[in-house]
Amino acid sequence: MTVPATVAELVRQFRANGRIVIVGASLAGLRAAEALREEGFTGSLTIIGDEPYEPYDRPPLSKQVLKGWVPADHTTLPRLREVNAQWRLGVTATGLDRAAKQVRLADGEQIPYDRLLIATGTRARQWPNPDEAALDGVYTLRSRDDAAQLQKALAAPPSRVMVIGAGFIGSEVASVCRELDLPVTVVERGSAPLVGALGGVIGEIAAEMQRDHGVDLRCGLGVSSLEGDSGGHVRRAHLSDGTIIDADVVVASLGSIRNVEWLEGAGLASGFWGVGCDAGGRAFDINGVVTDSIYVAGDVARSPHVLYEYQFLAMEHWDNAVLGAEAAAHNMVNLEPHYRPHLLLPGFWSGQFGLNIKSVGVPPFGDEIVFTQGSVKERHFAAAYGRRGRIVAAVTFDHGKWLEYYGKLIEQSGPFPPPPPGWDQPPDMKPIPAEFPQPGVPTAIPDVVLTGHDPSERAAEFRPRRR
Amino acid sequence: MVEETPWQQALRYANRANPYPFYEELRKTPVARQPDGTYVVSTYQEIVALLHDPRVSSDVRKLPAPAPAEGPAEAEPITETVIVEPNIITQDPPEHDRDRRMMTPHFVGPPHSPHLISDLEPEIRRIVDDLLDNMQGKTRIDAVDEFAYPLPVTVICKILGVPLEDEPRFHSWIETALDALDFGPEAASEEIQSRLAGGRQAVKEFGEFAAELLDRYAQQPGPGMLSAMVNEDGPEGRMSKGVLVSNALLLIFAGHETTVNLIAHSVLTLLRHPDALEKLRRRPELIVPGVEELLRFESSVQFWHTRSALEDIDIAGTTIPKGAPIFLAYGSANRDPKRFANPDELDLERRDNQHLGFSQGIHFCFGAPLARLEVQVAVGEFLRRVENPRLVEDPPPYRHNQIFRGPRHVLVDIDGIRD
Repeated sequence: MTVPATVAELVRQFRANGRIVIVGASLAGLRAAEALREEGFTGSLTIIGDEPYEPYDRPPLSKQVLKGWVPADHTTLPRLREVNAQWRLGVTATGLDRAAKQVRLADGEQIPYDRLLIATGTRARQWPNPDEAALDGVYTLRSRDDAAQLQKALAAPPSRVMVIGAGFIGSEVASVCRELDLPVTVVERGSAPLVGALGGVIGEIAAEMQRDHGVDLRCGLGVSSLEGDSGGHVRRAHLSDGTIIDADVVVASLGSIRNVEWLEGAGLASGFWGVGCDAGGRAFDINGVVTDSIYVAGDVARSPHVLYEYQFLAMEHWDNAVLGAEAAAHNMVNLEPHYRPHLLLPGFWSGQFGLNIKSVGVPPFGDEIVFTQGSVKERHFAAAYGRRGRIVAAVTFDHGKWLEYYGKLIEQSGPFPPPPPGWDQPPDMKPIPAEFPQPGVPTAIPDVVLTGHDPSERAAEFRPRRR
Repeated sequence: MVEETPWQQALRYANRANPYPFYEELRKTPVARQPDGTYVVSTYQEIVALLHDPRVSSDVRKLPAPAPAEGPAEAEPITETVIVEPNIITQDPPEHDRDRRMMTPHFVGPPHSPHLISDLEPEIRRIVDDLLDNMQGKTRIDAVDEFAYPLPVTVICKILGVPLEDEPRFHSWIETALDALDFGPEAASEEIQSRLAGGRQAVKEFGEFAAELLDRYAQQPGPGMLSAMVNEDGPEGRMSKGVLVSNALLLIFAGHETTVNLIAHSVLTLLRHPDALEKLRRRPELIVPGVEELLRFESSVQFWHTRSALEDIDIAGTTIPKGAPIFLAYGSANRDPKRFANPDELDLERRDNQHLGFSQGIHFCFGAPLARLEVQVAVGEFLRRVENPRLVEDPPPYRHNQIFRGPRHVLVDIDGIRD
C-alpha cells in the first residue's frame, strides 16, 4: 500500500470507529460536535460539561436576560444538526491522563479518548475576599445561573447597584441598570470604561456616555472592601479614596479566569493565558511540541495569529468559539495535508446605553487611533487603530455596517491611516495615541525550567514561583 | 459597427427575459468599464466590498455630468430634473443616516411601531384570500394583474396612508416614468427619447400629488407613515418639505415595483420548476428559505445606478477612477458561481444564502421585512389554493425597465381555486 493510501485508510477508520471526547458543553463544544458529524465522523462522541444545562448562548445574559425580557433558561443554543453524543452534564472534568488517554471526572469515572477537544472556556473572576464575596447581594456574571440570580436581584429592585470593573460586562450591567431606572455606581481602576479593550481615547467617550445616562462613574479608583449587615447582606462598599457608597447589589465584573486547573500535571502548555495551540487548534505540550491527539477551541485556546506577528492570542469572542471549534473539529478527523487553519479576523460587539459597539481586529495591538467617519459628538462614528503605518483594528459606535470595509483593509495589511471616506468625514482626521494601558503582569504564573542534560532528555517543567 | 459589451447586450429589451448568459460573460471582467465611462461591477465579492466602501457615494448630486452625447440628444435623467431633493437611496451619510433614522420608527422600529409589520399579516392574508377568491370560476388568470400587483399596492397604501382610490393615477405615472428610463443602448433610440417628455411630466405630477397629500396631513393628521413623518417632532427635527416629498415618492414607488416583480417572478419560476413547486407544496415551512432563494434567483432590483467613486478605488485588478459612475449588478452577483454553488439551479433549501436581492450595507432595502412577509404569504397561498397551474406563455412579455425587471403579464391556466 502506498503511503497516501495508508493515510486515507487511517482517516477512514478513525472517522468510522474513533472515540472523541469534548470537555466543555458550551458554544464551542456544541459547534465542534456538530462539525464533527458534518465531517462524517460516526464514531463515539462524549461531551462533558460541569453545568447541568445543555449548551446555551451567553451574549443575551448580560442584556436581554438582565432586563427581564428573556428568561435565563431560554438561552439554549439552537442545534444545527443531530450530534448523537453521550452528554455528561453536571459533572466536572478534574484531570487528564495523556499516557492512558483518559479524562478523569469528579465522580471518579475515567473517559477514554482517541482524540480530545479542550473547550473548557473561562469563568468569572470572583471578588478576591472570600468572606465578602459570600455576602448576599454580591454577584458575578458569566453563567446562566448568575444571570438568573442577578436578574432577580435587579427586579427586586435594589436601592443602588455597585458595579466593580467597567469592561464590557460591567458596562453592559450598568447600562441595563439605567434602563431599569436603577441608581448605579461604577468603580473602575483604569482611567475610563473599556480602556483595556479599546484604549483611553474611546474610553473617554464611553465614560461620557455612561455619565450622560446617569451612571455614577468613578475611575482611577478601587474598591477596598465590601461591608454586610448583620443578616449577611451586602450594604456598602469602601473605595480606595476613603468614600463609602451604600449599595445592596454588587456586581464584580473583574474579567475572566481560564479553566485550565484540571490540566495540571498533564504536561500541556497550559496556564494563566490559556492552552497554547497551533493555528489548527492542535495543543502544544509543555515543551512547545505540537500534540497529535489533543485540540483546543474557544476562550481557553491561545494560538499564533498571522496578522499579528504570530503572537499567541486568546480571543473571548463568540465567532472565535464557533469558527475555532469548526476548524479544530475538521482537523481532528483529518490528517496532513488536509489540515485547516483557524485564521479568524477577531471581532466582537456590545450593546449598551442604546448604542451598538462593534470592533474588528485587535485594537490593543495598535498604538494609534484615527476617527474616520461620523461624529464623536453624536456617537455615531468609526475609528481605525494602527501600528507602524498599518491598520490593525477598527471600532464603530452605531456605525457597524462599515465594519466590513475596515475588516478587508486589516486583512490586506492596509495602510494607516486608511484612505479617507468620501463623505461624513470627522473634522480632524489626524492619528493620535490610542492610550492603551501597559499590559498587566500576572503575579501567579509559575516558572518554567528546563531539565535534563542530554539533548534527547531535555524537557520543560512548571515550578511554582517562590516569593 | 462597434461590438456591444456583454453589459449592453444584457440591457437590450430583447434579452429582458433572460439576461443571465450575458451576465456570465460579464463576470469574466468583474469590474468592466463601459464605453460611456460607467464601471459595471458584476461579481459578488466585489459588489459587497463596494457596498461597504465609504469612498463610494450614492448621492445623485455627486454623479459626474453625463459625458458629451455620442448619439442623439443627451438623455437627461428624468428624476433629476423634477425631484431636486434626494431621498434615502440617493443620499450619503450623515444626511442619509439621519433621514433613515427618522423614517425607521414609523415603519419597523421601536418605540412607535415595533409590531407594525407582523401585525399586518392577518390583513395580508385577507387580501391574498380575496384576490384568490376573485379567481373562482376562471380557467385562465393573469398572475400579475390579478395577483402580484394588487397585493403590495393595497398594503403600501395602507401603511403610508395614501388613498387607495388615487391608485390608478399614480400607477400610470409610475409606468410612464419607468418606460422612459433606459440604461441600455436603446436609450438613444427615438422611441425612448420620445417617451422622456412624458416621463418627466409623470414624475412632476406624481411629485405634486405627493406634496398635496403631505400638505393635507400637515393640516389634519391622519393614519399612516406619511402623516407621521410630516408631523414628526422628534429630537432630530422634521425633514424639509422637499426631502419629505422625495421620500414619499420613493416609498410609494418601491412598494409598487419591487414586490410586484418578486411575486410575479416567484410564480413564474416555480411554474418553471415543477419539482420545487411540489416540494414547497408538500413542505410549506420551506416558504421562508424558499422566498430567499427566489430573491436570489430573480432579483427584483437587477442593478443600481446612482453610485460613484469619490476617490480612486483599486478593486479586482482595476482602478475605478475618482468621479466614475458605478453600477452594481445585483442580478449577476446573485448568480456568481464563486459565491453560490450551482447558481442557475433553484434550491429552496440553499444554505448560507446571503443574496444581494435587498442589497447590503447602509442602503439595505428599507422595505425588506414587509416584502418578505408579503411574498411568503402570497406564494404560500397561491400554491395551496390554485389547482394545477400551468404557464400559458414562456417567456412572458417583460416590462421595459431594466432595474425593476419583471414580467408585464404571467398568464396561467388553472383548474380551479381551492377553499
